[in-house]
Amino acid sequence: MNKTIEPTIEPMIKAVRLLLSKLIFIGLPMLAGSVSAVSADEIWVSNEKSDTIVVIDIDTLEVVRKYKVGDRPRGITFSKDYKHLYICASDSDAVQVMDVESGKILYDLPSGEDPEQFALHPNGRLLYIANEDDAITTVVDTETKRVITQIDVGVEPEGMAVSPDGKVAITTSETTNMAHWIDTETNKIFANSLVDARPRHAEYTEDGKRLWVSSEIGGTVTVFKTEDQSELAKIRFEIPGVHKDKVQPVGIELNKDNSLSFVALGPANHIAVVDTTSYEVVNYILVGKRVWHMAFSPDYTKLFTTNGVSGDVSVIDLDKLEAIKAIKVGRFPWGAAARPTNN
Amino acid sequence: MKRLLFVTLIFCFLSPLQANEPRTIDVLYLKLQQPERPTLSNLDPIPKDLGLVGANLGMSDNNTTGGFLGYKFQLEVQQFDEGDIQAAQTAVESSDAHYVLLDMSAKQQLAVIDNVSNKTGDKANDKSDHKQRLYFNIRSYDVTLRNEACRANLFHTLPSYAMRSDAFMQFLIKRKWNKLGLLEGNSEEDAAFANALRRSAKKYQLKFKQDSKWLLDGDLRRHAAAEVSLLTQKFGDYDVLFVADEWNDFARYIRYNTWKPRPIFGGDGLQSLTWSSVFEQWGASQLQSRFKKVAKRPMQSEDYAAWIAMRAIDEASIKTKFAGLDEQKTYLLNDVELAGFKGRPLSFRTWNGQLRQPIGLAHQSALVAMAPLEGFLHSRNELDGLGYDKGESGCKAFKE
Repeated sequence: MNKTIEPTIEPMIKAVRLLLSKLIFIGLPMLAGSVSAVSADEIWVSNEKSDTIVVIDIDTLEVVRKYKVGDRPRGITFSKDYKHLYICASDSDAVQVMDVESGKILYDLPSGEDPEQFALHPNGRLLYIANEDDAITTVVDTETKRVITQIDVGVEPEGMAVSPDGKVAITTSETTNMAHWIDTETNKIFANSLVDARPRHAEYTEDGKRLWVSSEIGGTVTVFKTEDQSELAKIRFEIPGVHKDKVQPVGIELNKDNSLSFVALGPANHIAVVDTTSYEVVNYILVGKRVWHMAFSPDYTKLFTTNGVSGDVSVIDLDKLEAIKAIKVGRFPWGAAARPTNN
Repeated sequence: MKRLLFVTLIFCFLSPLQANEPRTIDVLYLKLQQPERPTLSNLDPIPKDLGLVGANLGMSDNNTTGGFLGYKFQLEVQQFDEGDIQAAQTAVESSDAHYVLLDMSAKQQLAVIDNVSNKTGDKANDKSDHKQRLYFNIRSYDVTLRNEACRANLFHTLPSYAMRSDAFMQFLIKRKWNKLGLLEGNSEEDAAFANALRRSAKKYQLKFKQDSKWLLDGDLRRHAAAEVSLLTQKFGDYDVLFVADEWNDFARYIRYNTWKPRPIFGGDGLQSLTWSSVFEQWGASQLQSRFKKVAKRPMQSEDYAAWIAMRAIDEASIKTKFAGLDEQKTYLLNDVELAGFKGRPLSFRTWNGQLRQPIGLAHQSALVAMAPLEGFLHSRNELDGLGYDKGESGCKAFKE
């Protein structure tokens, strides 16, 4: 019986598959604009060496859209209303503003040279941009599209953060090995904290009381008490079978209740999970090669990591604390940002 | 984009790191000219400011930090003729600098260091801190300078020939290219590098099947095709031809002219380098572009060695809170972790003051591999698989 049916069914299946794939292929650009109200939440990822932004559907865990952007996109972040995506196009010396619905680049913001990372002020209006080649932090008004000021910082500024109350901005400079504390009112540095070699990322806790700073070459994460900039803890990492020189912390993200901190360890290919009370590492999660940055799904059940060398994004299930899937995205994925679509 | 606004920084006194008065850190850049070397082609002249621009860039990087912490680096540059050891030595003695970067051959370095320290010793019982100095070798790959001839106050930020040749061997083992030929040039440096290659081959259990001196003395620009082909025909079969030609005198005429179609290592083939403009990973492109902006030429190994020496002095000063040189030396040997854009923290070997660092295997347009290669394990630090390890070192001056 089977033998007689098979030859007829198989071409049919093939045809349906072909049709479906075509449909999806043709349909995507239209879907992007119209069906977003019912579609799933998304993770947007920048590919440093493909000059693209790709969009991952959180339900299907597949890449659903891809947009061409400026040269060497790295840091990305959404506007408060999720209508715009800000993109650090490092080699285009611009921060590009993308219309999230259409995927079109609307305009460039003046950004200073070689913008690498930025942080959006809680007022949703000011962008603090680290200009890596110029030892400067640029403050840009996203509404008037004007540079408000430029602040001299250490050599190769990279990490950027703004405190939840908006009063303090942080720049970390990689060669000067410092976190600079900037008063956002005066735009002046009011304190400098030395950290271990090559600080790359700064992250505030939600209450604004703690600041986490990663040191890539030093292999450590320093936690500061923001009130007086004193050092509360220095976290070191040890992964069996991985030489300590390969443990190079970069991205830091805190979970919803800030009980756990996730630290991307670069060429060690692991994410460290750190208890934020004891500052002990409670777990190491294996991900793709050269992990840079991360983004939580808006419901905080999954964590997405950008893996530069393997060119993919690892999806971590936060209940199991393990990677459940790798999604190919492009060459050197770097930045990641979550976009809730059903709000 | 031009800077849109210039903001003068006002340091806030709340900063716990704020020093009360700006202090100056003097560094002497001491250069002795090298003998002119006639090469067959003059396509690639050695830049006159080789090394020096690296030191200058290091100074300006340090001074950015210094701007926040209240100190300033000053670089004093002194340059003398090849044989003018006396003048160089006087320059060291009369300089305020506690740190001296040595841009000269191994022999000249020893002459300077030994004479200066003798003089200091003559001045009876003068043990003032001022008389202490830390030297940094930024120009010589010489192996003896790191072994028998090592000096207790001489650090090396340029790797040794042995580190460079070991990097090659790791690569060959990884590739399973076992049959090696060697063509050795006639300069002192060529011999030193060839000897390092032979030692490395032995260390990694490889062997040179063919080992020959470069004897042709005609103008190869005219008849390389005929001569090199004949010369390499007698090498029989081999996987890789090494050319020990540190001055790139004849090596550029070897490629594509050999009897067998085989890759060239050394010379202008695959090179084993401290730094090259093709390094762009690990944030290196930032250093490259900072350098190019001031130098108007690509950054080379000696520039890198001078730059990282300045960075090491900066780290030692800050982290010891500007302690005396003894404490700084101890810090450099035991605790420093320098960010050197090579993907790993760099540190100094306690037994001879050599900077541990990855070595890039690169050709003109790309980095091929960065040694230590994966799989070459070491109980202390994989970087110690390159060059003379603790047990092999003939250096006694660092033993206290």
